[in-house]
Amino acid sequence: MEYLGQYKAVYKAKAGCEDILAKSQDGGIVTAMFAYALETGIIDGAIVAGPGDEAYKPEPMIATTVDELLAARGTKYSISPNMALIKEATRSYGLDKIGIVGTPCQIQALRKAQLYPIGLRDVPDKIALALGIFCMENFPYQGLFQMVEDHCATKIDNVTKMDIGKGKFSVYTERGVNSQIPLKVTHKYEQPGCHVCLDYVANMADISTGSVGTPDGWSTVFVRSAAGEAAFNKAVEAGWIIAESMDGVKPGLELVTKLATEKITKNQSYIEHRNHAEHAALKPLRNPYI
Amino acid sequence: MGLFDKFKSLLFGKGDVSEGTQDEKPVASKQDEPVSAMHKSPVNEAKPADMKVEQKPIIQKPKEEKPVADKITVGHVHMSGCTGCLVSLADNYEGLLTILDKYADLVYCLTLADVRHIPKMDVALVEGSVCLNDECSMEEILETRENATIVVALGGCACYGNTTRFCRGGQQNQPQHEAFLPIGDLIKVDVYIPACAPTPQQIRNVCLMAYLLLKGNDEQKALATAYLTPLMNLAAAGTEACGCDLMTEVINQGLCCGCGSCAAACTVRAVTMQYGKPQIERDLCIKCGACYAQCPRSFFSFDVCGQYESITNLIGEVMKP
Repeated sequence: MEYLGQYKAVYKAKAGCEDILAKSQDGGIVTAMFAYALETGIIDGAIVAGPGDEAYKPEPMIATTVDELLAARGTKYSISPNMALIKEATRSYGLDKIGIVGTPCQIQALRKAQLYPIGLRDVPDKIALALGIFCMENFPYQGLFQMVEDHCATKIDNVTKMDIGKGKFSVYTERGVNSQIPLKVTHKYEQPGCHVCLDYVANMADISTGSVGTPDGWSTVFVRSAAGEAAFNKAVEAGWIIAESMDGVKPGLELVTKLATEKITKNQSYIEHRNHAEHAALKPLRNPYI
Repeated sequence: MGLFDKFKSLLFGKGDVSEGTQDEKPVASKQDEPVSAMHKSPVNEAKPADMKVEQKPIIQKPKEEKPVADKITVGHVHMSGCTGCLVSLADNYEGLLTILDKYADLVYCLTLADVRHIPKMDVALVEGSVCLNDECSMEEILETRENATIVVALGGCACYGNTTRFCRGGQQNQPQHEAFLPIGDLIKVDVYIPACAPTPQQIRNVCLMAYLLLKGNDEQKALATAYLTPLMNLAAAGTEACGCDLMTEVINQGLCCGCGSCAAACTVRAVTMQYGKPQIERDLCIKCGACYAQCPRSFFSFDVCGQYESITNLIGEVMKP
């Protein structure tokens, strides 16, 4: 249970709106939550991973309309430094209630920023809704490019969707699944910083979501904080999100727990390994966790 | 006269302060000797031979209308800095009044309190670096260490030198002042609050945590210790900071997760994110230490950050006027 963090409730859920689902990664939870929150004034804008100047290269952007949110649908398996806009959102955009979506490490950065706002003046009290996404690891863009173009022999501009699931990295084009490679091939392209990460399901988000644990087209949703609970329940009530019990859902929380445990124990032992002086260097590598 | 009243009237202009407080002050006059001693001119009464000015109680304990027994005492010590850190403290607005009302007495502050010499205090917030060519600064920084239980380096200059690292003298109106050091090179510093300027919220949090540390129950002390530990570790880690720390301490160490906190924290926009990693424009960097301290991979406490909800609520609660 510890690996999944504190949560008030867990659901199998998807967006209630077909438009959102049409191009969403799984259940479209992030898009639907933010769209609902924007429409009802829970947030003034959301920091999301928008389309960049190259295919599948995400750039953080501040979405203040539902159309902008829709343009940012879908997972891009590369780094989108969403925290980079957290101050700018309160300045150039003048947001008082910010929504932000992020990987577990980004949500950790957000919570650190709220308690230790060292360079983030007047930001902490303007965070209204933080959505976390399940994350095993992330790839620098050049790594992702190599995986797609080199290993999958697919032009990245022609890709319509990428997906990680069932032990495989899959690349889709308009003709359907074009190419699949086993995840063990992708490991070497992972961002090194991911290997010290001790969080799989964004334990510090208001709401965290991901595909693992629920059937295709649905997402697993953990509702964690009071703010998250209030927003989620209202979105369900208003029909923006369809939420069902996780009871009896296969593969269910068992798989989520298994993956979380695997990730965290593996990374804990890597951190331990770094702490030993015999690990290549004369002095141990730095441990960020106090 | 209460500093709080004085300050409040400064902000809200509620007439003559000294008059108002004297009227309202009830019976505490027996303990008021130091105040009256200050108002009387001792020179007229004392014979020149008896005069020992040093022994006069020049420094007054501030009097409150309703003294709060368990307040901590805080001072702001001004070294070579631009007063921006002090402005940041004041930029807590009514929050500062709440702090002064309930948790801390401002016993020393060249701008906001009329006290000339560094008194004994629980927490000294030191702004600015120390000019080696200025004897007074050298004396005062040592005096600060002697008189304060906790010394906090407030802001980039006190922690890391910040822009004063680039000074080489020749400037008006003290061209001979050219050697500046972060205070940690001269005295032991307990807590760092980096950044230029440090944020009002970070200063507030440290003040509240210092209060809990010194006056709280065991549970509160534990929370305050857990909260302050990373800032104490920063103080122990050294007096040099630069955007390059993102390279040497984070990326070179295989720790960067590409979140972008560093870019958001940088005051001078020297850090941008390129392909998910920080790109540092070193010519722009002012060496304030904000980027590295803001990085979730410089320090991260699951104990503290995991409780973000309750701590945020706690701060909101105690900051109510």
